[in-house]
Amino acid sequence: MTEFRLYLIQRVTAALLLGLGLVHLGTILSATEAPLSAADILARTRASALWPIFYGVFVLAAATHAAIGLRTIAREWLGWRRDIWVMALWLALTGLGLRAVWGIA
Amino acid sequence: MADDAASPPLTVAIWRGDARKGSLVSYRVPNRPGQTILDVLTWVQRTAEPGLAYRFACRVGMCGSCALTINGLPRWACRTRAEAVARDNRIEIRPLRHFPVIRDLVADVEAFFERWQRAFGRFGPSGPEATDFARIAPDDPDRRAADAAIECIGCGICFAACDTVGANPDYLGPAALNRAWAAHNDSRDDRRAHLRAAVQNGGAHTCHSQGSCRRVCPVGRDLTRSIAGLKRKSLTAALKGKL
Ligand code: SF4
Ligand code: FES
Repeated sequence: MTEFRLYLIQRVTAALLLGLGLVHLGTILSATEAPLSAADILARTRASALWPIFYGVFVLAAATHAAIGLRTIAREWLGWRRDIWVMALWLALTGLGLRAVWGIA
Repeated sequence: MADDAASPPLTVAIWRGDARKGSLVSYRVPNRPGQTILDVLTWVQRTAEPGLAYRFACRVGMCGSCALTINGLPRWACRTRAEAVARDNRIEIRPLRHFPVIRDLVADVEAFFERWQRAFGRFGPSGPEATDFARIAPDDPDRRAADAAIECIGCGICFAACDTVGANPDYLGPAALNRAWAAHNDSRDDRRAHLRAAVQNGGAHTCHSQGSCRRVCPVGRDLTRSIAGLKRKSLTAALKGKL
């Protein structure tokens, strides 16, 4: 059942990332199209709590999806069957990502 | 025999040994038109190597006991013609991948069939009345899904071809899950036991849909589709809290 839960979470985060990724691409395109300076961008992301929330969810989904995927690959190709490094990877990715979110909040 | 001289003999390299060690041993075998790999093995055992161990029963593609690795791919020996698989008159015959060897070409199938039990690859009647006959229309969707999955001969060829079976010792494998899917589509079945079995560690979701199983199945079962059916149904059941 544990593996099945991870499978479920993997599908849910994949669906989330698809939607969030499209919005993220849209913001990149519109920011470079405008073009906006770094200060302009920061002024906008700081103007609304929705931006940090959006990117916070993005970071969590990406970190979780990557950790579960790499866990499966490492189990099948390298025979690593312990999960401690997966937790560490998840923490590292989440930490790095949230630190970046903090920067724009 | 006249046809023996007609074409140069085959060089057949056969794996010989036991669970601990073994190696390929080559034999020169007459290149008779239309002979099967099973005929080749019989010839070797009768004329060159009486001690050669291999397994067969029906000789006509029904019992599923003759599967071997023949020139790199898992195939049924009794229905594979030597001339169809020989490369430069050479054929290499090894035991099936992912099965422990007992001796020579004979593999231990216990762990393979034990997985059918773990996958709940059987009928689980929904109640006492369900053990009686049921009227099922031939075009009933459940009947069709079951039809597509039955008539597996239990040869283990799909299991041997699956890389995920090799990579994950818990994985139930295509044949066991296909059996569970066939039983699941029996309208007299309680239907939940198969889904519960499908979500255990190593269950249906372990499959990466690579499709090697369905490419090699000698009776053309679409195992990837059966496994996808179990994934879909167990996922829906889990989300509805009905697992
Ligand atoms: S599904 Fe096909 S390949 Fe697999 S055990 Fe059954 S007959 Fe053999
Ligand atoms: S001997 Fe029965 S299937 Fe080949």
